[in-house]
Amino acid sequence: MKVAPNPTAPLLHPGLEEDRDLPLRVVSGKVSLRNRFVEIWQARELVIFLVRKELKVRYKNSVLGFLWSFLNPALVLLVYYVVFKYFLENHIALFAIYLFAGLLPWNLFNNSLLSSAGVLVAQAGIVKKVSFPREILALAQVGTSICYFFFQACIMVCFLIGFSVMPDWKFLPVMLLALLCDVVFAGALAIFLSAVTVYLRDVQHLIEVLLVAGFFSAPIVYMYTTVATKLTRVGFLWVYLLNPLVTIVLAFQRFIYGTVAPRDHPIPIATYGEHWYFAMLSIILLVSVILFLCAMVIFGRVEGNFAEEL
Amino acid sequence: MRDGDLRQGRGQLRRGALSHLQTAIDVQDVSKRFRLYKEKYTSLKERILHAGHVPHEDFWALSDVEFQVSTGETFGIIGRNGSGKSTLLKCIAGILTPTSGQIVVRGHLAAMLELGAGFQPELSGRDNIYLNASLLGLSRRDIARRFDDIVAFAELEDFIDNQVRFYSSGMYVRLGFAVAVNVEPDVLLIDEVLAVGDERFQEKCLDRIHQFQTEGRTIVVVSHSAGTVRQVCDRVVVLENGKMVTVGPPGEAIRAFRDCLLAGEVPAAIAPEEQDGSGASGPFLQPERRVVITDAVARHSGPPGRDFLAPGDSLRLELSFQVNEPLTDVAFGCEMLGNNGFLVLNCDSAMPEFGQVHDLDPGRYRVEFDFDQLPLLDGTFTINVWIQDAGGGVIHARLEPATTFTIVSSGRATGFVRLPLRIELNSLTQSGSAVSAAG
Repeated sequence: MKVAPNPTAPLLHPGLEEDRDLPLRVVSGKVSLRNRFVEIWQARELVIFLVRKELKVRYKNSVLGFLWSFLNPALVLLVYYVVFKYFLENHIALFAIYLFAGLLPWNLFNNSLLSSAGVLVAQAGIVKKVSFPREILALAQVGTSICYFFFQACIMVCFLIGFSVMPDWKFLPVMLLALLCDVVFAGALAIFLSAVTVYLRDVQHLIEVLLVAGFFSAPIVYMYTTVATKLTRVGFLWVYLLNPLVTIVLAFQRFIYGTVAPRDHPIPIATYGEHWYFAMLSIILLVSVILFLCAMVIFGRVEGNFAEEL
Repeated sequence: MRDGDLRQGRGQLRRGALSHLQTAIDVQDVSKRFRLYKEKYTSLKERILHAGHVPHEDFWALSDVEFQVSTGETFGIIGRNGSGKSTLLKCIAGILTPTSGQIVVRGHLAAMLELGAGFQPELSGRDNIYLNASLLGLSRRDIARRFDDIVAFAELEDFIDNQVRFYSSGMYVRLGFAVAVNVEPDVLLIDEVLAVGDERFQEKCLDRIHQFQTEGRTIVVVSHSAGTVRQVCDRVVVLENGKMVTVGPPGEAIRAFRDCLLAGEVPAAIAPEEQDGSGASGPFLQPERRVVITDAVARHSGPPGRDFLAPGDSLRLELSFQVNEPLTDVAFGCEMLGNNGFLVLNCDSAMPEFGQVHDLDPGRYRVEFDFDQLPLLDGTFTINVWIQDAGGGVIHARLEPATTFTIVSSGRATGFVRLPLRIELNSLTQSGSAVSAAG
């Protein structure tokens, strides 16, 4: 059992070559932002596993299983469509496509925040027992939302084919840039909210309400042009555009819905040129990146106490 | 980082393993403060109402802990409940960050703080292996390479595609352990998880840990069982109220630990945690207590009041126990260990030289171990006793340590055993006269 110490074992020179490459890890209150990013990058495969887990677990044990990933957004869309098309009668041509174009980026944002706000609390078991960069839990939620975004995009493609609508390919780069903005902005808020929720459990409930308000603050179910005309008159359009989601939604609508040219209806979407979108989205991206870094710094500050707070 | 710390003596070198005597873990002046809130304000309203003046007490779970663990060493952390040992382990693992000071870890680290932490009950065993190993820092390629080993080690070949929620708790823990040890870390942290699974699986786990030791990996074990620590550790740190009491070889450290227990008025001889912990090797505790050790008293033949023995004194250990259901083939075992866990004697009454096997009806008994004239030299010795079945496969009850005694020799001889030695000088020129001296 107990092996007696062996005094004849060779005294090897410290710092042998083969040991040089062992990574050094420092546990202390202060970890540089750069190291945090390095750690996250090293754990990128973990993000993939966590996303895969989320996708598998969410509809596990339901009869339709994975099909729900497609069915869920389709049914939600149906409800919105019926309500806004027939109950609240609007006159937007091909309303289903208009609505879906706005819902795509919104759902990505909405799902990311909703699921990541409580993720550290929900995964307390891992947070308290395993060491890994905890931002990953929030990022995995964003990653999951991105996956759902692509599922919904598939449905979108079916819709476009069904209604034989061709997207405005000229605005594809605009849409892709908007998607990037959407992801970075959502990621920044997701990391921040996940950390705050550990200390303030209210945030999880507050965010639900705020997201409902957020939904109506972006031109998803109503026409941008109506709001824009009214606000321009009083000179407050810039306030409306402070919300990054407005521009992101507009960019998606411009790409997907842009070629639908209604004759007898008012044009619901913004008619700005490419340059306007690029300028706006660049600013949003810059702000989002700064927010992301801030969120990482804040997260790093409070991370050390997660295990005891949970 | 103190590179190549050579201050530790050669005694820590492990049997020809690749011990490079490098520092694997350097704990530098680490303190950890917990805020104990009288009331915990986690809602927004309460936070605002009590902004700035939340009543709390500072509690230093660790203060100024500082030690180094060399590569290839098996290092134990022992202490009472609440002494800060788990906090220290969590700090080394990076789960908690120290309030001040820092810890440098060389090499890949895996922590076994809770087996199967992060298992998703909805996922299959296969998915959970990937997820869990990935959490422990393994790349997808490495996991794929070790996947079969993990499954084989956990003995779950037939169930690997079943959802983990249908697993028995034994299977769950086996899978958790299998993943953790197959991560093959340079530094492995273990928090009292040695006693898992059935007997055979425990032996397998311990074998794996021994394999880790021979491979020159660094292991840190947290335990409150002196037995486990003595069996596996090279060096041990004792914590008491977040402060280091001592760092040293297991024998020394365990004595300090026992002193802590005594100072805290925990009756060390029958501290229940020490009865449990020895399940790490050899025969194992039966979960249902058919036999309960109620008391252990050690008496020596020296003058009353003297707290040490002289060489040649006799020692009698009286072990009282209660049998709760009829038992057959009962034998009594004991072992004596020297300062560094060196085994002096291990025997049981079923061995032919004693030839005592008993069938016991329920009731209270006392068994006496008589050591006549202990031929030992200076040192502190520990006696562990247990009640087993004659084959030795089942330990009904075990008390570890049953007693610890110190021998103070009045002579000058050093070493372990006072061998009956006579030294005699004979003159060869003039036959008949001889000079002799006995040692």
